[in-house]
Amino acid sequence: MSTPTLRPFSLVAELTYRCPLRCPYCSNPLDCGAGAYRDELSTEDWARVFREARLLGVLQLGLSGGEPLLRRDLESLVAVAAEVGLYTTLVTAATGLGRDRAERLKQAGLDHIQISIQDSRAEESDRIAGARSFHRKLEAARIAKELGFPLTLNFVLHRHNLDRIDEILALAEELGADRVELANTQYYGWAWHNRAALMPTPEQLARAERVVAETRARVGHRMTILYVIPDYYEEYPKACSGGWGRRLIVVSPNGEAMPCHAATCIPDLSFPNVRDRSLEWIWFESEAFNRFRGTAWMPEPCRSCERREIDFGGCRCQAMLLTGNPAATDPVCHLSPDHHRVIEAREQARRPDFVPLTPRSMRAAPATP
Amino acid sequence: MSRFAPDSRPRLARGARLRWDEARQRHVVLFPEGALSLNATAAAVLGLCDGERTVAAIIAELEAQYPGAPVAEDVHDLLDRIAERGLLVDADA
Repeated sequence: MSTPTLRPFSLVAELTYRCPLRCPYCSNPLDCGAGAYRDELSTEDWARVFREARLLGVLQLGLSGGEPLLRRDLESLVAVAAEVGLYTTLVTAATGLGRDRAERLKQAGLDHIQISIQDSRAEESDRIAGARSFHRKLEAARIAKELGFPLTLNFVLHRHNLDRIDEILALAEELGADRVELANTQYYGWAWHNRAALMPTPEQLARAERVVAETRARVGHRMTILYVIPDYYEEYPKACSGGWGRRLIVVSPNGEAMPCHAATCIPDLSFPNVRDRSLEWIWFESEAFNRFRGTAWMPEPCRSCERREIDFGGCRCQAMLLTGNPAATDPVCHLSPDHHRVIEAREQARRPDFVPLTPRSMRAAPATP
Repeated sequence: MSRFAPDSRPRLARGARLRWDEARQRHVVLFPEGALSLNATAAAVLGLCDGERTVAAIIAELEAQYPGAPVAEDVHDLLDRIAERGLLVDADA
């Protein structure tokens, strides 16, 4: 028996992989500089995709990248999205978000701005970002608030900034964030490459959780705090993007439609392109969106597990990276036969060795560690 | 005790939008990274929360449309529940 396919809720439009920052945990593919990705979709292509998405049932649109502000037609894209009734979020590093641009985006109908900041301290934030950017980000956050946008601040956490989580929360409060996402690094893409240098210790995580709980109790509804621990420290895996092919469509700069940001790490999966196919066909019919949908594809111990429709076997990309088999149980799960690989990574985090970070680059993809 | 007095004028919070979801045939409130599905009654109430009408006016309008229904109690319940999620505020507060 099969349940009917749900309609998607979110579309993430990766408008470009170009970016002024070089964060070593970037979620873009390791080969984000490849020629194919430079053949970016046109304004008209994206407009059609947004219309198709809305008809398909998508309600939330993330305008992401790379750095979406590098698209000169961003205002036109926001206007189309607003016209068809999508709720629009600009996911930005915000180094190019001055008052004029922000006002034009407001005029075009942008609903919400999410700004990434790399640390609570300028020097550390700029070091991780690989560019002087901290002060411009703060200025952009203030402009967003002045213009009446709901503001989300996103901080990616790792072993080099986790101990400043109290300062990070204080900065978010000072900037008047409505939401703050404290997202521990998850290990795929560039973060997989830099895993040994980024993985925090259990002590760091335990302390961070206490600080988050205390801050939540103090600020109440004034600021929503989302705190996500690394999958590697969970007992059970999370549903990949709410479950493969259940909620999310990600479209890359050149039009490849994927069930999650990291799906290109699965080597034998080919992704349909929005230049060739409708979003409806892609969602309901394509092999890429059906491969790990539902529960029929599952191996044991997932297949007979009572949590199989809670976590849907976890993250396919994590399974791929840790075991070489994208159809394996996510090794994060303590029931996985490959769970020792996660335990080894946790133990490695306890060793104080200095491991250098490889910054994201659009030149050549780094060799696999 | 409702958080909205009869003379308060509720409106959706900044950044929240009431939309018709054609694909699923229902109204939704959209907000950063989320959506709240509404039944027909909730959608009718929220459609009147424009920051101009008072709670008393909203109740009177719905009582005229649905005679005999326990409108006042339902409206207060609903407004409180949506305000609790941070999606509805008093325009004068």
